[in-house]
Amino acid sequence: MADATGILVFGEAPQGELSSTAQELLAAGRTLADSLGQELAIGLIGADLAGAPQQAIAHGADRAYAVTNPSLGEYHPDLYLAAMQTLASEANPNIILIARNNEGRELAPRLAFRMGVGLAQDCLEVSADASTGKLLANRPVYGGSAVAVVSCNQTPQIAAIRPKTYEPLGADAGRSGQVVNFPVEIDPSAAKTRVVDVVKEEAEGIKLEDARIVVSGGRGLGGPEPFAQLEELANLLGGAVGASRAAVDSGWVPANYQVGLTGKTITPDLYITVAISGASQHMAGCSGSKAIVAINRDADANIFKDARYGVVGDWEKVIPALTETVRELTQS
Amino acid sequence: MPVNICVLAKQVVDPEMPAAAFRIDPDARQVVPPPNIPPVVNGFDENAVEAALQIKDEQGANITVISSGTTFALDVMKKPLSMGADELVLLQDDAFANSVDSFFTVQLLTSAINKLGGFDLIICGRQASDWDNAQVPLGVAETLGMACITLGKKVDVQDNKVVVERLAPDGFEVVEADLPALVTVSNELGQPRYPTLRGIMAATRKRPTVWTTGDLDLDDSQLEPRVTLHDLFVPEREQDCEIIEGDDDADAARRLALKLREDRFI
Repeated sequence: MADATGILVFGEAPQGELSSTAQELLAAGRTLADSLGQELAIGLIGADLAGAPQQAIAHGADRAYAVTNPSLGEYHPDLYLAAMQTLASEANPNIILIARNNEGRELAPRLAFRMGVGLAQDCLEVSADASTGKLLANRPVYGGSAVAVVSCNQTPQIAAIRPKTYEPLGADAGRSGQVVNFPVEIDPSAAKTRVVDVVKEEAEGIKLEDARIVVSGGRGLGGPEPFAQLEELANLLGGAVGASRAAVDSGWVPANYQVGLTGKTITPDLYITVAISGASQHMAGCSGSKAIVAINRDADANIFKDARYGVVGDWEKVIPALTETVRELTQS
Repeated sequence: MPVNICVLAKQVVDPEMPAAAFRIDPDARQVVPPPNIPPVVNGFDENAVEAALQIKDEQGANITVISSGTTFALDVMKKPLSMGADELVLLQDDAFANSVDSFFTVQLLTSAINKLGGFDLIICGRQASDWDNAQVPLGVAETLGMACITLGKKVDVQDNKVVVERLAPDGFEVVEADLPALVTVSNELGQPRYPTLRGIMAATRKRPTVWTTGDLDLDDSQLEPRVTLHDLFVPEREQDCEIIEGDDDADAARRLALKLREDRFI
């Protein structure tokens, strides 16, 4: 589209609070907006957004659209897409950023196809060329074995950003910006799917995504029983337990334990891997950890290339001794 | 009435190949297929075939597998047939080389789907293990105006509806849609079945339908690239790992705990 200008970020505000993912997108968008000398706007979608638009301005937006309709209180991909397309057509941005979270995994590609433009998927880093206005995106491909640098050929240029790759800017109540009320018409018949039941399988204790320390187990554990030992260690450390896809596919732990490209993205301070080989698809979900510990009997395992600390040894001997020492250290 | 199902499947380099065998050609901006390691059907697409076969087992279905590319290893791409799928359609042309641009791939696939008269249900893997774009299924649904349910771990058809257990970060949702619909599936669907000897024999006798550019109703504006690939490189892993040693494994573990305490991680 001609004369497209500005950056438009789509964000979530459950219960009227700006989500941390939206804050990350605003940080990414702020860098692009400043390098292009263009405005940064955010589109927040919901039935009632409360103070979230003002929070978005404090977190870096120049303009916050409150995109509202009573039918947008609960996430529905078809209805959210209709709202996003309405705002995108009205705002006519040069660049759109969407989080590649559970919702963005379906919204970003569908919005791109609906608008007939390209999408840079699952980006770790985005930058903009001030002379051309072009967005350049680095995105892992082949399960993270390689990185592709891509750009979009039409506007709006759309990029989906991997969660937890950008740090929020932090709230600055002194920042000024404009809140725009943007009620949208939504045709309820646009909803082609219906949620008929919701089943929660939440693990007990601290959430994997929020844990400061995560202990993860892989194929080398050989069965479900050893996860009880990892649980004990994680509890002592105030952390959570994760798993590789191999452990999930073997049925040893539920799917929501999975860390990796197609599982959860986590960024703990300490990530302790036990009998995990370190395939790039797994590392894609944990490479933002501050420090990785590798416990593996194979000294050539790839995990040692990403780890800061390593023990080459048998987990059956390492974990009990590690747990005992941690118990002494944390309880003395 | 048997359900008329389409599965979209892609031939990819084997993602389980040893890391040392992974090479790229930076000038061509391509991954070099490793010699002596045959390609495979994308893993999530095998899950999609399994989902379709479960519906076929339950109530009868006709399953057509469609794939696009420049060249195919026919014995590899016949695997879905040997698992129990009915038809194989290969969209094969040197002009179909641009697999980095999902928009392009979607135009080929939707054109073929329309030529085949459409389907009640299209089942796809959530993403391909080569470019990890996770766009083609959603693009097909958008382009054909179909209902779309992503990340299924169980797919059932009943009363002209598809009912899907859809993965959520904290469990799953049961989502339904009237047919026609498109569903993407993930590895949580479970291990795809192995081909039986009978299946392999039947697949040997089946000949795929092969279509080239001229067989598909494509216009130039649809094929204009949406994405440009500027560079492709292997990222460097810079971490220096400090290997903690001890008298034995248990001693190394104790030293690890002390080190983590010293560096204030625990």
